Amino acid sequence: MNLTELKEQIKHRWPDARCEVDAASSTCEVNCSRAALPELCGRLFLGWNFSFASLIVEEGASEWQLRYCFYGDREAGWVHVLATAPLAEKTFPSIVKFVHAADWHEREAEDLFGLLFEGHPRLGDFILHDDAWQENVEPMRRHFDAQAAMLHRKPDADWRPRRIVQEAGAFVMPVGPKFSGVTESVHFLLETVGEDVIRSTPRLFYKWRAIEKLAEGKTADEVLLVAERFAATTAFAHGLAYCQAVERICGAKIPARAKILRVFLAELERLRQHAGAIQEICESTALVVANSQAGILEEDLLRISGELTGHRYLFGLLALGGLLCDLPNDACRRALEKSQHTLKQLNELEKRLRVSSSFLDRLEEVGIVAHQNAMAYGLLGPIARASGLVRDLRKAQPYLGYENIEFDVPSEQEGDGYARLRILFAEAKQSVRIMEQAVAVLQKGGVRQPLLLRAGAALGWVEAPRGGTFHWVRLNESGRIARYRVVTPSFANWHGFHLSVEKFAFQDFPIMLSTFDLSVAENDR
Amino acid sequence: MSQWVITGLRTGIKTTVYPRGAERAPGVTPGLPCGGAFDAAPGKVLVDCCPTHVFSQINGTVSADTRRCIHCYRCVRGIEHPAGWEQTYEWATVRSPSESPNEFIPAFKRSIHICVVDAGDCGACLNEVKQLNNPYYNMHRLGFFITPSPRHADVLLVVGPVTDHMRVALKKTYDAMPTPKRVVAVGACALTGGVFSESFVCAKGVADVLPVDVEVPGNPPPPLAILHGLLLAVGRKPPASLVSTSSEMETNAANL
Repeated sequence: MNLTELKEQIKHRWPDARCEVDAASSTCEVNCSRAALPELCGRLFLGWNFSFASLIVEEGASEWQLRYCFYGDREAGWVHVLATAPLAEKTFPSIVKFVHAADWHEREAEDLFGLLFEGHPRLGDFILHDDAWQENVEPMRRHFDAQAAMLHRKPDADWRPRRIVQEAGAFVMPVGPKFSGVTESVHFLLETVGEDVIRSTPRLFYKWRAIEKLAEGKTADEVLLVAERFAATTAFAHGLAYCQAVERICGAKIPARAKILRVFLAELERLRQHAGAIQEICESTALVVANSQAGILEEDLLRISGELTGHRYLFGLLALGGLLCDLPNDACRRALEKSQHTLKQLNELEKRLRVSSSFLDRLEEVGIVAHQNAMAYGLLGPIARASGLVRDLRKAQPYLGYENIEFDVPSEQEGDGYARLRILFAEAKQSVRIMEQAVAVLQKGGVRQPLLLRAGAALGWVEAPRGGTFHWVRLNESGRIARYRVVTPSFANWHGFHLSVEKFAFQDFPIMLSTFDLSVAENDR
Repeated sequence: MSQWVITGLRTGIKTTVYPRGAERAPGVTPGLPCGGAFDAAPGKVLVDCCPTHVFSQINGTVSADTRRCIHCYRCVRGIEHPAGWEQTYEWATVRSPSESPNEFIPAFKRSIHICVVDAGDCGACLNEVKQLNNPYYNMHRLGFFITPSPRHADVLLVVGPVTDHMRVALKKTYDAMPTPKRVVAVGACALTGGVFSESFVCAKGVADVLPVDVEVPGNPPPPLAILHGLLLAVGRKPPASLVSTSSEMETNAANL
């Protein structure tokens, strides 16, 4: 179904909705009444096979605007469903009945804007922890001062998390926020009656740095620094998504060489991140030699990145309108050769892991995420592809000229830990394949086209190593950020993480955590 | 299982010569900007181009407070007179040598247990700490071990600017550690707050919450810089005499 057909369908079912199709950006904006929201979104998500990307709340001068972004396969394009309400009315119908993927988006909006979503089964205690924040703080509202000094509140010692399992003998095993060796800060409430985890509730946002609030009022270039640095293991992907949003607002034309170099660097980052994820999986299964081997490969790739660009995590390369500096062709070729060599070793490692029975025992049929669940939760990236959900933004909604590059999107059906590991290995191969093509077509030319900033708003999207990331940017007349909304793949995947843990034994918990390759920094923002 | 043993043996020794010698492999460090002699006009451009105010200009000399550097490369890329850049990695500095009340017993200096707390880090610093366990850096050979429990820890290694939600957990972890103990703050965010700086949910770094002994600048600092910081914290590397650029700058600023 293309956008014109879609418009007809929507007109037919919801005569009151106003549809505007923008062919250039293949986006259909649908203005509908608040009451029509759940069914319209539900039809898109469940009926017409659109994926849910983002819920963007904007506080205008006199009204709320809620924008639900959906994307389909290539010809289907983007659908933005918009609903408005006067500022005094803060109630919207919840769409989670049909679009479960929007669950955490609505909880976030409730916490930060004070909006109410009627029909949502569980609001409260999300970003602002109930034991630390008083009621009625709405930090994302315009009148809230982000620079105000931190309030030194006294934590509420009597606060207790909600418990689901009520059987006799049931207890909660709290884990975190500081746990294990070198881990990001997150808290888990594992409910159990003995050996198996029955319910797992991750309590996140210990690392909430409120980057969406901090960005407001800053210049576009200053926010690029934040976009690169809030989740630095995938810094390039997030910086790129932000740049693409701003460049789309300004109608910028990016030099061809900059585009190809961006592809090259994005795939180098994916390769490095996947090697890191493989190392974590080897570590969690206590396979010492494999852990060391994967550790060597990750460090090799960090050094390749460092040698090519100066920075091991690819900071300071992106600029609005291209790249901050050019990379010499022979340096790119050298980086490619080294990456190919690393890939060869990665393949060797894979071959050995595939015949190590003790290793496979711990991954196979462990932490299974069923296809329907992955779909309902809107899981993204390698995790989704391991459960047979193949949509990849590089194919579905191509950017940077990915449509001209040959590569496959690997997918598996089992949805267990081993399937997720196989996806990581398969994607690493594809990344090198893309890098080879990028180096082959490197042409001469500049790498940066200065931007003329202008007011407007746009969405930038990138298939980051962990899955799709969506950055919504609104610039005001003076070229400063009026609204910055970031949705990351870890935000979607943490939402579905409990699916893999429940009904499995405690000792498998670290393995499931590592096969999910979740970033807390990316989720907490 | 024998294939793994053979694979391990065939890989050979990958471990860096540091701290016995200098590591010269490419890509082990992003380097840091340094000051130098600049004319008034290009010097001012340099001072203004830095989003985190690393540079200050005094009488034709530009000096750099590397604690603030977030590796945005605005001072070297796309600028007519770029700042100097040093590909070093021994960046750690002792914050307040006079205020170290308790010394580690010399015999314990070679078995140090480290508790790592993520207080709002972006993932990069933590990933670099994780690299210390890979065969390239292998910090076990130097007697450094990571422990999950603060009760067993001698050194508290903190990454991140300290978010509001992590403040209590960080303090509790510190209090649970037996004395003598050291606090090592790793990364620009842990030193100055970095790009997240002071806001309603973020402190200006670890020093706002805990007494910090050793600071490791960089965004993120490479594994070798973190290793240098650890060696400094337990007194196995002497604090360099000229490393404290920040305090130097403060005195300079006071003289102005």
